[in-house]
Amino acid sequence: MSTSAKPIANTRSATGIPTARLITWWVIASEIVIFGGLLATYVMHRIGHPEWADSASHTLTWAGAFNTFVLLTSSLCAVLAHKAADARDGPRAAKLLRVTSLGGLIFLSVKAYEWTIDIREGFVLSSGGFWSFYYALAGLHALHVLAGMIILLIVAADAAKNRELQRVECIGLYWHFVDIVWIFLFPLLYIAR
Amino acid sequence: MTNESHIHHPNYVKVWAALVVLLIVSLLGSMSHVRYVLLFAAFGVAAIKAYLVAKNFMHVTVEKRFVPYLLVLCLLFVVILFAGAAPDVMKHSGLHWNKDSAKQAVQSGMGAAPKHE
Amino acid sequence: MTTQVESLAHARPGFFQKYCWSTDHKIIAMQYLFTGMAMAAIGGYFAYVFRMQLGFPNQHVPGYGLVTPGKYNALVTMHGSIMIFWVAMPILIAAFGNFLIPLMVGCDDMAFPRINRLSYQIFLLSALMLLASFLVKGGPFGGAWTAYPPLSANGAYNLTPAGATMWLIAVALEFVAFLLGGINFTVTTMNSRAPGMKMFDIPMLVWMIVLASIIFMASVGPLIAGAVMLLFDQTMATGFYDPMRGGDPLLWQHLFWFFGHPEVYVVLLPAMGIVAEVLAVFARKKLFGYKTVLYTAWAVGFLSFVVWAHHQFVAGIDPRMANIFSITTLLISVPIAEMVFLYIATLYGGSIHLDTPMLWALGFIAEFLVGGVTGIFLGASGTDIYLHDTYFVIAHFHYTFVPIAIIAVYAGLTFWYPKMFGRMLNETLGKIHFWGTVIPFNVIFIPLFITGTAGDQRRVYSYAQFAEQARPELQHLRTTSTIALIVMLAFQFVFLFNFFWSLRHGKRADANPWRSATLEWTIPSPPPHGNFAELPTVYRGPYEYGLPGHAQDFLPQNVPD
Repeated sequence: MSTSAKPIANTRSATGIPTARLITWWVIASEIVIFGGLLATYVMHRIGHPEWADSASHTLTWAGAFNTFVLLTSSLCAVLAHKAADARDGPRAAKLLRVTSLGGLIFLSVKAYEWTIDIREGFVLSSGGFWSFYYALAGLHALHVLAGMIILLIVAADAAKNRELQRVECIGLYWHFVDIVWIFLFPLLYIAR
Repeated sequence: MTNESHIHHPNYVKVWAALVVLLIVSLLGSMSHVRYVLLFAAFGVAAIKAYLVAKNFMHVTVEKRFVPYLLVLCLLFVVILFAGAAPDVMKHSGLHWNKDSAKQAVQSGMGAAPKHE
Repeated sequence: MTTQVESLAHARPGFFQKYCWSTDHKIIAMQYLFTGMAMAAIGGYFAYVFRMQLGFPNQHVPGYGLVTPGKYNALVTMHGSIMIFWVAMPILIAAFGNFLIPLMVGCDDMAFPRINRLSYQIFLLSALMLLASFLVKGGPFGGAWTAYPPLSANGAYNLTPAGATMWLIAVALEFVAFLLGGINFTVTTMNSRAPGMKMFDIPMLVWMIVLASIIFMASVGPLIAGAVMLLFDQTMATGFYDPMRGGDPLLWQHLFWFFGHPEVYVVLLPAMGIVAEVLAVFARKKLFGYKTVLYTAWAVGFLSFVVWAHHQFVAGIDPRMANIFSITTLLISVPIAEMVFLYIATLYGGSIHLDTPMLWALGFIAEFLVGGVTGIFLGASGTDIYLHDTYFVIAHFHYTFVPIAIIAVYAGLTFWYPKMFGRMLNETLGKIHFWGTVIPFNVIFIPLFITGTAGDQRRVYSYAQFAEQARPELQHLRTTSTIALIVMLAFQFVFLFNFFWSLRHGKRADANPWRSATLEWTIPSPPPHGNFAELPTVYRGPYEYGLPGHAQDFLPQNVPD
């Protein structure tokens, strides 16, 4: 990261919440309405189209469940990184953030494998109602996982040198949010019938 | 940029273990044929897991109050969107209107013999 | 508790670093301002072209050519999209917000200057994407700025398939830019305030821009989701909005207007904020009912989320929903009216100085009133059944949008020009420009109320085939409207001349030519990099004017008691 000085504006805190964490919460708030909008749209359709249950039964529940486990575990690593950063142990925080990012990689790899199977069975984005939503929802989520992975590594690089440790908590918050979205996607796409 | 610890860190591994247990519960519940068990396993458990993550990992409950208010407000907007759009999108008929193509899709989809369970 | 600003000291930057790659909020503000002004010229030109077609049907338009039906559709689509997304929002929120917020809250820059720079770059990319769509096969998107499917989803219907996708991507990029920018403004206002500046000491304009950013953020999410689905429908053969494939075109409408209606308040609130600042200064009087104005603005913001389906009364929504939305829509006129009353109360008993910025602010109130009142006819679902999609709607929203995006913008530009550029604008030219804009503006749109009520439908390139509309008395009104537009556009050159000439030849401005009490006027014009040589402490609210027993009739926020 660059070493340019921060403006005083960045260091003040009239609310008592450090600026970095404050902006993270605002980002999460904006993401709630984005995912919420797409999820609400899916729910409207799913309830109105009970016949989609047949398509929905073809999703690979074991892949979804394993991925849920992966994200939960990576969230654990992220919050342990936060704890390490609080103790000003930058190298340990960096290591944990990198494991978190690895969790994201595993998640995306399993998803790639899962989608390969789905596509081979003929279920693609344009396969109709359920599948269009499935790929749109999981795809948007996967994009956020990918972005998170990259930012995790960037923050880890700084943290390893004991720099910008406040960012460890912030990227953790984002990652937990991505985890929560998946916590709801999993039953919606894999369990509910 | 010091990050004064505004948080008392609980035992995160215990929280993680609870989340994993809940995951297993939801998987077991998904195999049930009772509608309410299924719905709870899917969404009830998800809500509990989300709450555990928000409380213990994100520390929402010890943040300044403005933060949970903001997040709940955004959720409220999603609910408002649902309330306003669902009567047209989710339903297939209403006061003096019908959505024939959707009704047909439901009928032909449900009419087919159930292949999978 | 003042601090020397050393944090931003660094080597003298080159041209590229200073003007193209800067993180300084004032430069970024100028980037947004000039991009917005350039897009306004394009949007205005399009209005000229399609109004020439309507005023003088099927004749060669000077400076354009013949307007075919397809071109007409593209012209009105681009005019609407450009004016809302690439003129109103960047100038009102991004330009004024960027320039003024750090100055008005007393800090040295935005909380996140590099995110700020990124937001402009994404915005510029969105503008370039839109302009690039003019060059592709089929031309720019012609499915109206509302982009309803199936017209917008199906290239065989809209005849501008490449343009449609590029438009959608441009709009999506613009959304991302404003999400980033808006969050920056919000965090800066929340956290970076000068010591002593409590919540109710923040200038109203800053509050309004922050509220607008929050409203935008909360409303755009579902539309981003909807845009992704539309993009898939356009390019990946999905059927999210295709009833034959399990989708619903009404879904897009709900997602679009769930954003679209709060969006008008996203642009209205900053405009009202500008007017508030100008009124207080030029009436030499405190803003009447600061807290009421603020709470009312919050109420408007929240209510704006529950009125959206009044755009869909005749679209096939359930009539019972139409009842509900009719009630909420009529309700929202109450807080807005209250804000206008509070502004009028601010003027009452004041010492009115009719400088150019004040003329614009007063013009805003008068013209916006017409827009607000005519909205009531549209908010009541019964009358809307007749008026929907007629020129009555166009006249109504121009009586709101023009005050917002043009009149209030000019109020702000003429007011803060000295601070931005260190020179004074010419007052005589300013007044000529004011009257030459406002009078023709009314002559453009009053005829359109009449033609709309007489049955002129929107988005129709020629009424020659419609016997009831092809009457000469209606055509006279359309032609009058067109000529008035040309006059109004001509007077904008007076402003442009004034603007650019005064940059070099205007009288040099000192720090506080208008004798205003807010913090931006306590530093040199234009402000140096880092803004405040000594960061201020705040001791009072922003509108201390008309003080009996004091040597001067105002007290700046940073002067100790």
